Amino acid sequence: MHEMGVTESMMDVVLRHADKNNANKVTRINLVLGEMSSVVPYSISFYFDMLSKDTVAEGAELNFRTVKFKARCSDCGKKFKPRDYDITCPKCKGSNTEIISGREFQVESIEIN
Amino acid sequence: MEIKVLEGVFDANEIVAKENRGILDKSGTYMVNMMASPGAGKTSLIVKTLEGLSGDLKSVVIEGDIAGKVDAERVSDTGTEAIQINTGGSCHLEAKQVNTALANLSLEGIGLAIVENVGNLVCPAEFKLGEDLKVMILSAAEGDDKPLKYPLMFSESDVLIVNKIDLIPYTNFNLEKLKETVIKMNPGVTIFEVSCTNGDGISEWVEWLKKRIKG
Repeated sequence: MHEMGVTESMMDVVLRHADKNNANKVTRINLVLGEMSSVVPYSISFYFDMLSKDTVAEGAELNFRTVKFKARCSDCGKKFKPRDYDITCPKCKGSNTEIISGREFQVESIEIN
Repeated sequence: MEIKVLEGVFDANEIVAKENRGILDKSGTYMVNMMASPGAGKTSLIVKTLEGLSGDLKSVVIEGDIAGKVDAERVSDTGTEAIQINTGGSCHLEAKQVNTALANLSLEGIGLAIVENVGNLVCPAEFKLGEDLKVMILSAAEGDDKPLKYPLMFSESDVLIVNKIDLIPYTNFNLEKLKETVIKMNPGVTIFEVSCTNGDGISEWVEWLKKRIKG
């Protein structure tokens, strides 16, 4: 059920921008999806087909670009890819770290005509 | 023609979450978002927390469930006002639903609003509600391997409450292993060990929460 609501929110963004740009048709939707986000592309595509019917986005291709889960150490500045979600800095072993990517689900752009 | 959008899908929810924050700040109400899988002991912990806080401050509870009003009735029995949100199939609460609940409550003089999210270890972690504190509960019966299976919830929570610690002798649950894993994922997390059945650890949690509310 989660992906249906999320797909609806995504459709709101897409249709708002399509309308603002007087689109006759949305041909492609470019999405950025973080590795750590709980969104499943397969389910988004499934609900998109259902929810986009009779809209300008019907038939649009969904393109997912996955963003890796990455963290940065605020003490030594090291950027790293955590293993097993462990965000301890591999260089200085500090725990003053922050997640810098991997959580996003964003509509990057839409292609229209 | 390509149109740059660069808009997060959760942005709309976050705008409403900020609106909720504004409503709560106005009445001076602290909000806790309580998340866990079904059966971890969310309602039991809420009832214990309300008992511990009674006399100190007035609270309200916002109950989120797919259907029914069992939890709201259980909380109402303690004398605390409870409002039930039925999500009608949706697996988490969104800021908009909490916004409607806040509009239906009189927040004047209310020091604490506890939101009991829908029982689920996945989706509730994605949706900000405008809360001051994200609390997750894991019961010993669920196993110590859950952080690596549901990483977002464990990474996002400010507090982890391990419930049903009285059951540990009957399971292979390794409390130290759990704490070690969670702290590596979320160094800022505060962990409490409680049993809602025999009351162990409840006062430590309640005293900590009181201090947080007083700021």
